[in-house]
Amino acid sequence: MPAEQSAPVADEPPQRPRKGRRAWDEAPRWQIYLPLGIYLVFTLVPFYWILLFALRPTGSTSLVPWPMTFEHFDKVWNDRSFGTYFENSVYVGLATLFMTTLVALAGGYALARFDFRIKRAFMLALLCSQFVPGALLLVPLFQIFAELQMINSLGSVIIAETVFQLPLSMILISGFIRNVPYTLEEAAWVDGCNRFTGFRVVVLPLLRPGLIAVGSFAFVHSWNHFLFALMFLSNQEKQTIPVGLNSLMSADSVDLGALAAGGIVAAVPVVIVFAFIQKWLITGFSAGAVKG
Amino acid sequence: MAQAAAVAKQPAPPRRRRGSATPRRLPYLLIAPAGLLMLGFIAYPVLSVFYYSLQHYNPTKPWRNGYAGFDNFTRIFTEDPQFWDTLVFSAKWVVVEVGLQLLFGLALALIVNQTFVGRSLGRAMVFSPWAVSGVLTSAIWVLLYNSQTGITRYLADMGIGEYGTSWLSDTSTVFPAAVVADLWRGVPFFAILILADLQSVSKDLYEAAEVDGAGRLRQFLHITLPHLKDAIILSTLLRAVWEFNNVDLLYTLTGGGPAGETTTLPLYIANTSVDAHNFGYASALTTVAFVILLFCSMVYLRLSKFGVGGDK
Repeated sequence: MPAEQSAPVADEPPQRPRKGRRAWDEAPRWQIYLPLGIYLVFTLVPFYWILLFALRPTGSTSLVPWPMTFEHFDKVWNDRSFGTYFENSVYVGLATLFMTTLVALAGGYALARFDFRIKRAFMLALLCSQFVPGALLLVPLFQIFAELQMINSLGSVIIAETVFQLPLSMILISGFIRNVPYTLEEAAWVDGCNRFTGFRVVVLPLLRPGLIAVGSFAFVHSWNHFLFALMFLSNQEKQTIPVGLNSLMSADSVDLGALAAGGIVAAVPVVIVFAFIQKWLITGFSAGAVKG
Repeated sequence: MAQAAAVAKQPAPPRRRRGSATPRRLPYLLIAPAGLLMLGFIAYPVLSVFYYSLQHYNPTKPWRNGYAGFDNFTRIFTEDPQFWDTLVFSAKWVVVEVGLQLLFGLALALIVNQTFVGRSLGRAMVFSPWAVSGVLTSAIWVLLYNSQTGITRYLADMGIGEYGTSWLSDTSTVFPAAVVADLWRGVPFFAILILADLQSVSKDLYEAAEVDGAGRLRQFLHITLPHLKDAIILSTLLRAVWEFNNVDLLYTLTGGGPAGETTTLPLYIANTSVDAHNFGYASALTTVAFVILLFCSMVYLRLSKFGVGGDK
């Protein structure tokens, strides 16, 4: 939101040829490109490295992936059952996305638009839950899911991922809803909408960027997260991508080509999601979270 | 910030309502799904961890199971040097990681906040490791640090270092090696948070400062930094807790080794419960870690003044 507002405004008053630079946002070019270039190398070399290992034949030490081979991908996808893992991860990711968004939307609306008795306590609980480490709760969570007969079912991972995504998602979404003027909703009621249709017709469309940011966040997190799947899913058929990747790493003789190919399979969906949302991410954060 | 606050300050929702049938119960109905999920899968497990911390509980040694009183805690503080080692390493890990991430993240955010050719592509590229998981980060850096075909080999080709060294299995290099791997992914996240806040600094302030003859360093110190203060406090503390809790990266990158050199407290707890099956003791360790984190969270609440005034 403030991104557009802050940009234009005052016509530049014709100043004398200035001695210093003008504002902070007009540093000399080299002060931008040099550090950025160095940082870019640090960022991209690891990505290049994994691509290199995935595409060059085993045993090659060439620094360019030529001649190119897809044997590693073939091996990982078929022999190491990354195809199955991929499917499971997509399933977990999408289910977490929908559950998190839906539940957080309902809760976020309540937090943004109502005063109710336990609101302050609830907000505090949301915040405190940020300090509960998922890894430290593995044993009791395992027991709960065993009790519910959900060990070895993707449902256990979906629930666990959703629960740990919820607090932050809800705080973000309630921030977005607060940014939608309440009078818009009231106007809809005057026009004969009830609370639900008013919300659906007036508020929901305005929330779209925020919801996309929150949903992608949930997807990326559950796609990447490793511990719950490792602990709750002992059946290989049910495993997700990060677990498969870990098993490639802890094998006695690490097959570097397979590891690299598996890594790329793991990265592709999140990179696509990321490319798609990164514009909204920054505005989303500034609207929802940092404001506090 | 100022603009955002102005937008948020709307008249309080009026008490009279049209449309909805049961307005009094509606907010409770709306938070019920989230509340129940969190009660069942966060609150209850936390309580059961407290319960088990007072028990001897090890499925492989059932004859010892039963009420333990504070035995587990006494053992942690008096007979378990590994606890102290892992705690010290956790502290070192968090301080170094968060400190460096803040430094580089701030610098990166300031750079990509400027207008330059190719900015959005540049942003997308430097931010991209954020999306990469701990496990994938480990996989990538395992490839880079590999003793046979990793970066050391090519460095050795250029006459730097020796052939066949692996930075991950040497106690003197494993810490910096792990730190760099985690920075690769952590800095972009920090930079995104700070950049989000940077965008709301009013340009007028800089122009006014310019007229008054303030140089860029002074503009940074007196305008940018104070403006970012809240965001920095917030993200630093969140990040610290997150770095403390996260086990994905170290678990897969070093497995806590070599020789326990990179075992954080949560990693030690995971090993104690999952590998050694000593649930009672692991629960006591968890409780101690939880108290430490609770302390952190109270500091966090203080500093960020969350929920104090402002929000209706």
